[in-house]
Amino acid sequence: MENFTPVASLMGGILIGLSASAMLLFNGKIAGISGIVGGLVDLKKNDTLWRAAFVGGLVTGGFILRLFAPQAFEFGIVRSGGALALAGFMVGLGARVANGCTSGHGVCGISRFSVRSIVATVIFIAAGAAAVYVVNHLLGGII
Amino acid sequence: MKSILVSFMSGIVFAVGLGVGGMTQPAKVVGFLDFAGNWDPSLAFVMLGAIGVHSLFYRMLRNRSSSRFSLAISLPSRTEIDSRLIGGSVTFGLGWGIAGYCPGPALTSLASGNSSAVIVSVAMIAGIFAFDLRRVLSAREVSTENTSGQVTEDM
Repeated sequence: MENFTPVASLMGGILIGLSASAMLLFNGKIAGISGIVGGLVDLKKNDTLWRAAFVGGLVTGGFILRLFAPQAFEFGIVRSGGALALAGFMVGLGARVANGCTSGHGVCGISRFSVRSIVATVIFIAAGAAAVYVVNHLLGGII
Repeated sequence: MKSILVSFMSGIVFAVGLGVGGMTQPAKVVGFLDFAGNWDPSLAFVMLGAIGVHSLFYRMLRNRSSSRFSLAISLPSRTEIDSRLIGGSVTFGLGWGIAGYCPGPALTSLASGNSSAVIVSVAMIAGIFAFDLRRVLSAREVSTENTSGQVTEDM
């Protein structure tokens, strides 16, 4: 537990909660990242621009982090390019098939006490734990 | 235009929150998911903070019929626990555990210049677009056949 950062993580969570709340209260939209990106595929009037603006904001926020807190991007694990590409594809596809990811189900859905979102969140945390068990404890932390 | 600015600012705040909270560090995500090893519960505090704040604001919205900018409020209405929810969540969770990135942190990390993060992010966008291209194309087929369109609700 030497890397335990409860205060910073709680502060980060509060910022995420404020962001999701602004999206809902002002724009009437759910801040579900995978859904926001997926909706970019069909170009529609009054729909595409807010999605692109949110994603642009995410990347801009990334540049702000890189400037003022580059340690936020410490990678810290050993993964081959192939494993990363396959896992990334699974993250994107799986989140869309399930209609939500950590933000859409894990934050927004649970905040509305949606049983569907609670089930999804329990399942993806369990699946993530299973993957980490295999990688860390059966494969020696390298894949 | 105001709503576009709110989207952009929300994206920035969301990304900074992810960075401050530790979600953009794969080792920290893997540490949170490593229940059998040196478990790092930090990311539970990210969820606690986010859900705590958002559930309070959600209560404020419940009696409103439109947003503060008079826009329609689009909330998911689905309740069924089906094979798509389960299979999709398993697939997403396995990828999350292997790569250490979920979608928000992956997009945020496009700015990091870290090649591993960029690989995950580009592959993730490909996974999302693979699903949505198929969705859009099948919806077009359905509409040209002049039958009822497929309804999908995003989270």
